[in-house]
Amino acid sequence: MAIYELNAPKKVPITQIGAIRWLRHNLFSSWINAALTILAIYMLYIVIPPLLDWMIISANFKFGTVDLFGYSIEFSEAMATNNDCGRSAACWPYIYEKIYMFTYGFYPREESWRPDAVFWLTLGAFIVIKLIKNYKHKNIVFLAITIMYPIVSFILISGGSFGLVHVETHQWGGLMLTLVIASVGILVSFPIGILLALGRQSNLKVINFLSTIFIEFIRAVPLITILFMASFVLPLFFTESMDFDKLLRALIGIALFQAAYFAEVVRGGLQAIPKGQYEAADAVGLNYVKKNVLIILPQALKISIPNLVGSSISLFKDTTLVLIIGLMDMLAMVNMTSNDPYWLGRETEGFVFVTMVMWVLLYSMSRYSRKLEYRFNTEHTN
Amino acid sequence: MNKLIKISAVSLLAMGVYSGAQASTLSDVQAKGSVSCGVSKGLAGFSAADSAGVWTGVDVDVCRAVAAATLGDATKVKFVPLTAKERFTALQSGEIDMLSRNTTWTITRDASLGLNFAGVNYYDGQGFMVKSSLGINSAMDLGGAAVCIQAGTTTELNLADWGKANNIDYTSVVSDTNAQTLSNYDSGRCDVLTTDASGLYSMRAASNDPSEHVVLPEIISKEPLGPVVRQGDDAWFNIVRWSLNAMITAEEIGVTSATVDDVSNNPERERLMGRSGNTHEYVGLNSDWTYQIVKQVGNYSESFERNIGVNTPIGIARGVNALWTDGGILYSPPFR
Repeated sequence: MAIYELNAPKKVPITQIGAIRWLRHNLFSSWINAALTILAIYMLYIVIPPLLDWMIISANFKFGTVDLFGYSIEFSEAMATNNDCGRSAACWPYIYEKIYMFTYGFYPREESWRPDAVFWLTLGAFIVIKLIKNYKHKNIVFLAITIMYPIVSFILISGGSFGLVHVETHQWGGLMLTLVIASVGILVSFPIGILLALGRQSNLKVINFLSTIFIEFIRAVPLITILFMASFVLPLFFTESMDFDKLLRALIGIALFQAAYFAEVVRGGLQAIPKGQYEAADAVGLNYVKKNVLIILPQALKISIPNLVGSSISLFKDTTLVLIIGLMDMLAMVNMTSNDPYWLGRETEGFVFVTMVMWVLLYSMSRYSRKLEYRFNTEHTN
Repeated sequence: MNKLIKISAVSLLAMGVYSGAQASTLSDVQAKGSVSCGVSKGLAGFSAADSAGVWTGVDVDVCRAVAAATLGDATKVKFVPLTAKERFTALQSGEIDMLSRNTTWTITRDASLGLNFAGVNYYDGQGFMVKSSLGINSAMDLGGAAVCIQAGTTTELNLADWGKANNIDYTSVVSDTNAQTLSNYDSGRCDVLTTDASGLYSMRAASNDPSEHVVLPEIISKEPLGPVVRQGDDAWFNIVRWSLNAMITAEEIGVTSATVDDVSNNPERERLMGRSGNTHEYVGLNSDWTYQIVKQVGNYSESFERNIGVNTPIGIARGVNALWTDGGILYSPPFR
């Protein structure tokens, strides 16, 4: 009778465990992937070190003495000038010197607390909305905030009443203007977009037809064309006395443009709602408004959130187009500030800075939308 | 198609002229208490904001001079940043009262757009910049050179004309923006950079090492830049034209913002300062209008040296923009 003895367990081949297995599995699983990996590493190698060197290692951080919330931090004796910086690496004192322009544009300095106040108000509104999640009358509070917030913000930024100095829109600029355009564009176009989407689904032929015409017309035209129309062609039809604000014209253009896109996103949501929901709403005798407000829209909007946010993000990025009609948003400030004779030729630093600010804002937006999706997720999925 | 757009744009503009011609710009300006002045969205030394957000530049100073003349306060200017495309529309539609945005005076613009050029505040022209290590002293030595140009500008056409006329062969390296043109030049993709001379100086200041580059003496095109007003309001046209002339005349006589209060027995100076004569009645302004211009903005030389002169980073010599008495072509008709 043969006696079988167990062999001593062999070690797992080194190629099948740990880091090497991971590398083989994920980066070098076939010769094509291996080639792509090597190519990618090579490309990172030629991009990353010079970039780090330009942005950080060789860059100039001589801000002088910076006053931060009452603490003064001394970076260097005096702030570097354009000539001190040289041209081979980034000159961050330029951003520090021009930070007011990048943030507020030509907004009067002594009034800059007003945009600041709006900023804190926005933050406050978000916190309040979060806190009242379980409050009985949360809908009323929410509605009150939605109505009051734009009015208060407008009065604060524009002034002209309540003893605030009027600041004309041509003085608005920088990040502040970017945020104003983006938020007005999104907030105004959202209700219009919903109405257009419902209009396009409507059985009333005229409304259906008009909504479709509007949506298809706007969607067939690039935003830049609409801005050009609003900026160059409209004023030709007005006499001098009728001349109205350039920013307002641009905002109307942007809001109409965005409304058409929102309408299509919401229509997608509406079409995804099972027919049974419509029929059930009809069966219990709800009228058109109640059916949509209570049954259809809450479901349709919920499933549209990712696309609504996606659309908002692309609008946010498109707001930089206003620089071609002479509005001084954050991107336009790069050209303006790097044309100061004492800070000539710092466009690159400006563009890198604007890119970083934009990325932070847009990434936050996209994270926030993920949270919203999670919060509104009432589906009983596993 | 392009022609059709142009024709319709021009006829629309013409409609604008007739609707805009009725109101008096001066009374509008005095009623609202500020001059709306169209400027560029940032052009070093001509119109750009400093770190405090205050507009500076030679174009800006013309706006300030008009505000000083009409309102007695050079700070009462509403600056409207405009792109090159929208500048004329903004003027026609009445959004701005005057345009001071490095705008070249040409017959087409003057005669067909319903505009009036009120004078010249900077004589510009297309020039060349080369690396000084090349040892070139004249544009005539540029045969076979690679030239950096910005696409779609008159610069390209001017260069082609000049090359043909002087039998000079060159290869052009075309790029889209100023910054790109400069980086092409800096990285050695071309030997020569060509654009308007004023632009060359600020590009030189923005380059890696300004001392490595020289601007050649040849100027191959005429680009007289000046303030523009709407056609149809001659009183306003006179005010803008003579506000600029007052700055030039002040330099001619030797009055600066520092010496403007000194009393002298030079009759021309007394006339300019409004202390004798009645020229102010003809333009419908206060008798001290020219005094305010010189006091608050300075004479032409002060404005030039403060913004683009040799002691600024841009470092433009007066050259052709010197007074006619100093070998330039700057010339103001007399205040008489």
